[in-house]
Parts: sequence; structure tokens; C-alpha cells
Amino acid sequence: MNKLHLRLLAVLLLAIGGGATWYKMAVLGLPVTPDSTTQIWTVEARITFEADGGPSQVNLAIPHNPPGFNVLGEDFVSGQYGLARDREGDNRVAMWTARRASGNQALYYRIQLAEDANGETDMTSPTPSYPEVPDYPEPFGSAALTVLQDVREESADISSFTRRLLLRYNSSDPGENVQVLRGDIDSATAHVDNLIDILAGARIPARAVQVLTLRDRMRRAEMNTFLEVHNGSEWIPFNPVTAERGYPSNVLVWKRGSERPLSVSGGSSGDLEFAAARTVREVVAVAEQRAMQRGTSMLMDFSLFSLPVQAQNTYRLLLLVPIGALMMVFLRNVIGIATFGTFMPILIALAFRETQLAWGIFLFTSVVAIGLAIRFYLENLKLLLVPRLAAVLIVVVLVMAVFSIISHKLGLERGLSIALFPMVILAMTIERMSLVWEEHGAGQAIRQGIGSLIVAILAYLVMFQPQVGHLVFVFPELLLVVLAVVLLMGRYTGYRLTELWRFRHLILDRNRQ
Amino acid sequence: MIRLFKSLRQAGILGMNERNARFVMLHNKRSNYPLVDDKLITKRRAQDAGIHVPTLYGVIEIEHQIRGLPRMLGEIEDFVVKPAHGSGGNGIMVITDRHGGNFRLANGVLVGMEEVGHHISNILSGMHSLGGQPDRAMIEQRVQFDPMFEEVSYRGVPDIRTVVFKGVPVMAMVRLPTRRSNGKANLHQGALGVGLDMGTGLTTTAVWKERFVDEHPDTGNPIAGLRIPEWGTLLELAARCYHLADLGYLGVDVVLDRHQGPMVLELNARPGLSIQLANRRSLLRRLEQVEALDDIPEDPRQRVAITQDLFAKNNPPAPQTVIA
Repeated sequence: MNKLHLRLLAVLLLAIGGGATWYKMAVLGLPVTPDSTTQIWTVEARITFEADGGPSQVNLAIPHNPPGFNVLGEDFVSGQYGLARDREGDNRVAMWTARRASGNQALYYRIQLAEDANGETDMTSPTPSYPEVPDYPEPFGSAALTVLQDVREESADISSFTRRLLLRYNSSDPGENVQVLRGDIDSATAHVDNLIDILAGARIPARAVQVLTLRDRMRRAEMNTFLEVHNGSEWIPFNPVTAERGYPSNVLVWKRGSERPLSVSGGSSGDLEFAAARTVREVVAVAEQRAMQRGTSMLMDFSLFSLPVQAQNTYRLLLLVPIGALMMVFLRNVIGIATFGTFMPILIALAFRETQLAWGIFLFTSVVAIGLAIRFYLENLKLLLVPRLAAVLIVVVLVMAVFSIISHKLGLERGLSIALFPMVILAMTIERMSLVWEEHGAGQAIRQGIGSLIVAILAYLVMFQPQVGHLVFVFPELLLVVLAVVLLMGRYTGYRLTELWRFRHLILDRNRQ
Repeated sequence: MIRLFKSLRQAGILGMNERNARFVMLHNKRSNYPLVDDKLITKRRAQDAGIHVPTLYGVIEIEHQIRGLPRMLGEIEDFVVKPAHGSGGNGIMVITDRHGGNFRLANGVLVGMEEVGHHISNILSGMHSLGGQPDRAMIEQRVQFDPMFEEVSYRGVPDIRTVVFKGVPVMAMVRLPTRRSNGKANLHQGALGVGLDMGTGLTTTAVWKERFVDEHPDTGNPIAGLRIPEWGTLLELAARCYHLADLGYLGVDVVLDRHQGPMVLELNARPGLSIQLANRRSLLRRLEQVEALDDIPEDPRQRVAITQDLFAKNNPPAPQTVIA
């Protein structure tokens, strides 16, 4: 009954801990290893214009859920301007306003994006109504109808229809009809508008989309125009020149519609320039930022990343303690190593993090050795227990201070980190060690001392594996798994490894018989 | 490695984890621990039950009382100072003789009152007690051990540890102090552990520092074949101790005084596993045999009969000579 209870509890903990971890790995995309990184684009739009001196307003269309990207954050550099954000049709608009502005003005909009090919973007809305067939002038009208008729015969659906049309429109050997359709248009945007007009002749809803093709360290870049057609259920993007379907991974959709994204009142028409830079960032931070931006996952809302950085750092350390405790259980109950104090080695291992291993071992051994020597001297004075412990504690602090000063003078900055040793624990260790020394002999005392040190070293090596630290911090629910393992080990009634040695003669004896 | 684990399992050796999980935690109620951890309580309950224990001369509870020690002792020449909550034989000071104002320790060294006082105040401050809580010091009769041990022990007092499971003595050993253990009867500290035949009280095999030996490491005398006097009384005493603390898995430490016979020194709620090495026998098998019994009689004598029945190597049991 008891055992069943324990097993059920362990299974439950394993399921919760494992399940939450799996969810965070598979669904939220948190990385399993500490070094996974992703591409981050920082795109900056720079608006410059000459203000008249009166009130001025600047409207800039800004990206909204761009396909293929996750928005991590935006900021606006507005100077004296007031800022408002609004929806305008399919687009988002930033509006800067100032009561009085004169001379050269510069405004910035910056957006941070993570590439995410699987990111979900709504490509279905808005569902347009079918356009009326326009009243084409001649000879444009008859050319359009002929071309549309040809294209319709070559295609199966709206997507292939559009593709055929684009190929034909951009053909290096355009027929007479296409030449009429192209006319003397020279800007790419105007061509897209023209195509939308032609597609309306087949009653296909289409729209222009202004995009930015991102290149690392690009400056003074300008927008291109893409074409999107609606096939009755969703918008399908096409490159209007090459007729390729879909947006390449480095193309950022900025706004829908062919109107200029920038409009200025109370000043010159204004210049809009784009710059972009690519950086590499940790996936954890990106996933965090994204989840916060979206505010979707409860699990992430309550993650340790929501804490202030200071507290985060504390927890990065604290969460390792259960790992150390797990090691202690294993080393003591399964291996059977004797140590001073149950969890003293873990605290020492935590201190090793600051001192690094070699220095840590050296400092620990010297402080304990000096402390022991002084403890033996104090024995002569016949002090009572608590004052004696206090005296040892004071000596330990003094020894630590002296160590720090000497190592600093010698230019060994590592020596300063001795201050992080848990001094009370050290004093208790010294006291216990001296008792064991007196009552069970030096051999036993030194053996337990070395046992503690070995456990501390092992705990340090495991706890401060970057992978371990990453896992417990990003997936703290793994501690439930640790808890389950500890609970199960709590009912381990098998032999300890050291008992093999202890009872070796019984086995040998038995085997001989 | 796994083969080694298997052969331990086949030999029926009781390991630390199994002892704790299956016997100590299952059969010993936590609330009864103070009854054995505090030797004063043990002693009082034993006296009430008519079980022989070393006479208590006095108890020192506060620092101030230390000065009254000589008055407390009166004419008494030899005595033992021990912490009421001591463990593993720690903190015990044996005074064999008084010489003027000085005291002679078991190892022959003369020390002053100051030394003894410091030892007592260490005890009071909890240096030797479990968990370091403040403690009391007991001043009690020094047991003059039976002459049979003279040949095979080095100073100190040999004692007989019996593991009693559900009131049935299952295994026993004599612990003989050696030069190495500095007069202490604790196997960890280098005392010699000698297995006993449960039927006759004859010494069998021995272990010293986890090694099997046949002779006493200091005196060179053979160990096997010595007969513990009043073995029947001793077993009955151990069996009766079950009622003192109501602990199912219990270690009973008995000393043999040359004048007063077997006396219970202390009880232990977590007796160690070395007894298996001393006897070269599996404790687990015997515990399981007792576990398998449907009914365990109330009468300690009948429980001793079970012991003789199950675990005696040389039947029939030795005649029960009861010498008061």
C-alpha cells in the first residue's frame, strides 16, 4: 500500500514535470541546449522632412504580424513629437504629431524580428468582394480581354492563373497585346497597380503589398512591391516580376496597398529610408520575449524569466541546490560515502562556483587545516562548547580575510572569492572534524574530510555543467522529476556500494565454502 | 559488480538502507526513541522493571553542580562519567581510582579535578550528545568486568550486544576493547567483535577492523570457545528489555559484573550491522524467521526458548544456571 502510494506519487510528479517540460520544448520552442541561437533582424525606418514651423503630423504605416517573422519588440524615437498608434484598414499606423515644428526633422521607428518560418500569420482576412470588371479604355480593353482569355485557357485555378498572367506580362518576348497592356509604365509599383487592374477584368481580387527585402547591414534601402491575389479562402503572394509564389524568408511585409507608407502634413513630403542589421541571439530569450509579446502561455507568464534580472541570477543558483541534493542522496545512500554534515558538501560546491575548482579545493583545505590547528589549541583552554564554536567562527573569518588580503597583494584575484565560503558551515565542519579526530582518530577524521571534499567536487562538476544549469532554469518543472527520483530513492533498500567492501570477507568466505 | 551485489543478497547480508527502511522505520516508533536515547530514562525504567543496571551515583545537570562532585562521590573510589544522550560510546570517562584530589583514568593517567570538570561541562554543553543539544552527565558505578574476559581484552569494559527483534534475541556478539580502540568497546574504533552461539553462549568467530581474526590482536590468545557465564539469564535480560521501550528492532548492551552478574548498560534503537561480520551469519535471515512467526509470546522466557529453538547451533541448550 505504502509502496504503491509512493510509486503513484512519483509517477504523478514525473508526468507533471515531464509533461510541462515537453510542452515547453515542443510547443513553445524553448531550446534544450544552452547555446541554440536564432537570427534576429533589427529594422529601422528613418523619416526626414523639413517642417514649416506650424503644427505637423507624420503618419507612417508599420508592420503588423508580418508573415515569416515574430515581432519581438518595437520602439519609436519621437523627440518632441507625441506618438499614437492606430489601425487603418489592413495596416497599422504610427502617428507623430507636434504643435510647432520647424527645420529638419528626423523620426525613427525600430522593429525587432525573429525569423520563424513556421510562425502563424493570418493570411485569410479580410475577405474581399469580387471586383467589378473595369471600364477599360480602348485598345487596352480588348488587349486585356484577349490576354485574360488566353491565360484562363492555360490555367486551372486562381493561383496558376495569376502565375501565367505574370509570366506573360513579364515575358522577354511580349506579344502585341502585352505591349499594349504594359504601355509606358516604368515604376514597379505602377506595374503592380496595372496588374491589379487587369486581374479585375477576370474578377480576381488583388492588392499591392509593400515589402522590404532584408539584407544584413543594408542602408538607405527602399520598398519593393509584391502582389497578393485572393483565391476565395486566402491571400496568395506573388513576386510581380519573377511570378514566384510566396514571400522569401528575408522579405518583410511592411504594408498592404500601393499608397506611400509615409505621409507628412505641415512640412515637406519627407524621405523614408530603411536600414537593417542581423544579429544572433539565444533562442530562450527570443521565445521568452515572443511569449510576453503575445501574452498567450500561462506557463511562460509564470516562468522565472518574468523575474527581475537580479532575482533570476539568484534562482539560477538556487535551482541547482536540488540537483546537489539529488547527488547527496545518491552518494550517501547508494554509494555510501561518509561526509561531515548532510548538506555541507553542497554548500561548499556552491562556493566552488565562485572560486573555481582548483582554488576552491586549495582554499577549503587551507581554511579547514588552519581552523583545526587553532581548534586543537583552544582545546587546551577548556572552553565551553558555544564560546569555543564562536571562537572558531571568528578565527575562520579572520583566516578568510587574511587570505584575501595576501592573495590580492600577490595579484591573485581569485583568492578574493574566498569570501563566498559559507563560514558558519566551515566553523561547524572544523568542530565536528576535531571531535571525530579525538574520538575516532585522525584517520577517520581525514577520511570523512576527504569524503566531504570528493562529494563537494562531484556535486560541483555536475551542478555547474552549463547544460544542467540551463535545463533547470528554463524548465524548473524538471525539479518535480528530481523530486520523484529522490522519493523513489527514499525507498531504496538495496546495498550501498561501500557495503560490498565492508562485507567483502563474508562474501569471500562464503564463496570459498 | 552486479555479481557482487547478488552474492551479498544470497548471503542474506542486511545492508544499511534495508535495515533503516524495513526494520528501524517499520518497527521502531519515533516517539519511543527518547526512551533509549536518554540513558537516564532507560535506567529508571529498567530499575522499575527489576532489570539490573549499574548503580547511579548522581546526575549533574548544570555547570554549578560540577563543584559538588567530590561531595556527591563521598567514599566512592571508582566511577564512570557519561553523557545521558551519548552515542557510540563517545564522551565516556572511566575513573578507576582516586589519589588525593586527583583521579586515575582507565589508561592509568592521573588527572586533576579541573580536567574531570571540563569533561563534564563539555557533556553539559552537548558536545557528545546526538544533535548537539544540551545534555546531562551521569555519574555511575564502574562495572568490574568478569574475570573470563581478562585474557582477551585490553583495558575498558567488554560488553555483549544482542539484537532483539520483536522481543526475540536474534544475534549476539561480545565487543572486546583493544589497544587500538583505546579501551572503547566500539567496533568502529577498533574494538574486537566476537560472535556468540545463541544456544550456548560460546564464542565463535571474530572480526577486527573488518577483518576476520582468530586471536586477540593484543594478547594473542585464541578467542573461540569461551563460554559467557549466565548465558540464559543474559538472554532473558535482553528479551525483557523489549518491554522497556517497546522498540521492535533493538540493540541491548549488557555488561557482566564479576559480583553482580549481567547488567543492562544501554539500549540502542539503530543497532549496527557489524554483528553480521562478528558472527559470519546473515542477520536478515534470522530477522525474517522471526517475522514469519505468527505469534510471539508475552513471556520473555518463552521468547528466549524461541531463540534457542531457531538460532542455536549446538542443541540442546546449555543448562540454565541462574546465579543471583
